[in-house]
Amino acid sequence: MSDSKNSSASHSEDRRDGMVARFLQGTELDTRMLGMLGALALIWVAFHVYGYLSTGQGIFLSARNLWNLSVQTASIGIMATGMVLVIITRNIDLSVGSLIGVIGMLMGVLQVEILPKMVGIGHPSIWIVTVIVGIILGAVLGAFHGWLIAYRGIPSFIVTLGGLMVWRGAAFLVADGKTVAPVDATFALLGGGPYGAVGATGSWIVGVLGCLAIVWILYSGRSARQKHNIRLRPVWGDLVVGALACGTLIGAVLVVNSYPWPKGIVDAYAKANNLTVPPEGLFISHGFAIPVLIMVAVTIIMTILMTRTRFGRYVFAIGGNPEAAALAGIDTRWMTVKIFSLMGLLAGVAAIVSSARLNSATNALGNLDELYVIAAAVIGGTSLAGGVGTIYGAIIGAFIMGSLQTGMVLIGFGDGSYRSIVVGVALVLAVYLDNLYRNYIK
Amino acid sequence: MTNTGTPLVELRDISISFGGIKAVDHVSVNLFAGEVVGLLGHNGAGKSTLIKCLSGAYKADSGEILINGEKAEINNPRDARSYNIETIYQTLALADNLDAASNLFLGREIVGAGGFLDDSAMESETRKILARLNPNFRKFNVPVSALSGGQRQSVAIARAVYFNAKILIMDEPTAALGPQETQMVAELIQELKKQGLGIFLIEHDIHSVMKLCDRAVVMKNGQRVGTVNVDEVTDEDILGMIIMGKKPAKAV
Repeated sequence: MSDSKNSSASHSEDRRDGMVARFLQGTELDTRMLGMLGALALIWVAFHVYGYLSTGQGIFLSARNLWNLSVQTASIGIMATGMVLVIITRNIDLSVGSLIGVIGMLMGVLQVEILPKMVGIGHPSIWIVTVIVGIILGAVLGAFHGWLIAYRGIPSFIVTLGGLMVWRGAAFLVADGKTVAPVDATFALLGGGPYGAVGATGSWIVGVLGCLAIVWILYSGRSARQKHNIRLRPVWGDLVVGALACGTLIGAVLVVNSYPWPKGIVDAYAKANNLTVPPEGLFISHGFAIPVLIMVAVTIIMTILMTRTRFGRYVFAIGGNPEAAALAGIDTRWMTVKIFSLMGLLAGVAAIVSSARLNSATNALGNLDELYVIAAAVIGGTSLAGGVGTIYGAIIGAFIMGSLQTGMVLIGFGDGSYRSIVVGVALVLAVYLDNLYRNYIK
Repeated sequence: MTNTGTPLVELRDISISFGGIKAVDHVSVNLFAGEVVGLLGHNGAGKSTLIKCLSGAYKADSGEILINGEKAEINNPRDARSYNIETIYQTLALADNLDAASNLFLGREIVGAGGFLDDSAMESETRKILARLNPNFRKFNVPVSALSGGQRQSVAIARAVYFNAKILIMDEPTAALGPQETQMVAELIQELKKQGLGIFLIEHDIHSVMKLCDRAVVMKNGQRVGTVNVDEVTDEDILGMIIMGKKPAKAV
């Protein structure tokens, strides 16, 4: 977003421009993505510096805040990846927040009131059954929306606006508005918290596996191009991309590992495991939180789905020209059902993460989430005109939204009104900058 | 030209109506291998509707379609493709946001191990076929919205040629093209004809019809006015058929 300004400013300096252009060409990095990451970095630094100047301590870029930010972003990020598909195919889903509410409530009742009576409190099957039911429920409700849209010809805006109201009301009726708590202990780990994270060793394993995967992706991409004799990236381009990706991942590992458990949790843990806490205290790292790993897994799966499978190709084709897609033999109606079902499934996953994080199910769970999810997808470059959007963009968009919200709290504007003003302005501004960028690129 | 034996395609007594209006009214047309048959008529005469029954976009209310003398069931575009019927639409039917290779293989992607798309293979095949059809084509990695009309038409034609079309339907293929690109398409039609394809050409321009087609079928108000061998009639005869529905002596 900000790089259009940079490169136009550097037009006079031909040599530097040439180098930037060569760098972008060699690495084939998406300038749009670089712009979004730049905007995110700008937001982070700005909040940090502002906090430092006004209170004497910058806390935004602390390990603790970044860890919390990642956990808070998980639920919106997971749903935003699905919203990308919905918006690419020129639809909208306003019901996801209410789906979280009703699925969260049903899962809450299932694991607190029904399953314990059948298998006993704390039985390991409880969280598994609850998770499976939540995911299936989401997929079924989403498929129902998709069927109304595709086979009954009701616009998606109307179907899901109806869904927004119906499912929120249904969430209230599930337990007559009561809060259902506490959720199953194992289930609660899916929402994060000190125990709901994989620790230092686990994080290093994730980091190393991730780096191996990055190397393998670059290598196999290279050999596929070689096989078909298509222009290769220069070796240095692949090396730079690999180094940046692995560096970011290792950096993330270092950050989450430098955030220790709070003292109370350490003491309780030591007591439970018969450990003696030395006087200077035990340093136990959080590591990656489980909901963040879920978001990462969803992101990877959705990216593969969108870029490497027929399904993803058809989603883009329908968004680009629905008539052409139909004439090419694509069953566009059935695709719509599948896309909304996938969106519902992801709302189910998000319901698991957010009710686990809250350690309870309330009928207000996910209230207004649909707007944040849509905003995240749109900030991430998904075009409401259809046909254009990326999964990673939606995740970056979700982080931008989350950063603005947490940042406002941290610098003392925790009052909801300021927060929503800033987030709203950011949404409009992001789309405006995106328009400028697209015109500039043309 | 002598057309004996079994026609490649025979549309027999096709009718289709929309909301009480007979768009196509008991029309029969046939097409032989290595032949170009022009379909002419006013806007709304029913030529596009008739041909969409063959391409699978519409289903006829009555009548039957025979391919090589055998009855064919065509209910959707996929069925049509299985009979090697390829269509190049007036609106080009390309997804603007996808690149040339994705459009060429849309609905028939090359998949590798594990069912994942093999984009490199598709791009490589696209480069080969387009090198043959339009050697000046270079823009392989941009969405087709960035291409000129002629380049987009090349992609649409490449799609038909790549998948070994036996029956090609072209709905005003040169409507959006400049003179040079129109010439390119004309040469291509001759080339494909030589290879033994049967081509239905929907066209408004009488000169193109006279130049490219072997026979011409004229429609008016959903009905067939007549069929003529183009080398036995004049421009005026055909115009008379289109405008007045007047059947010349040599028409059948």
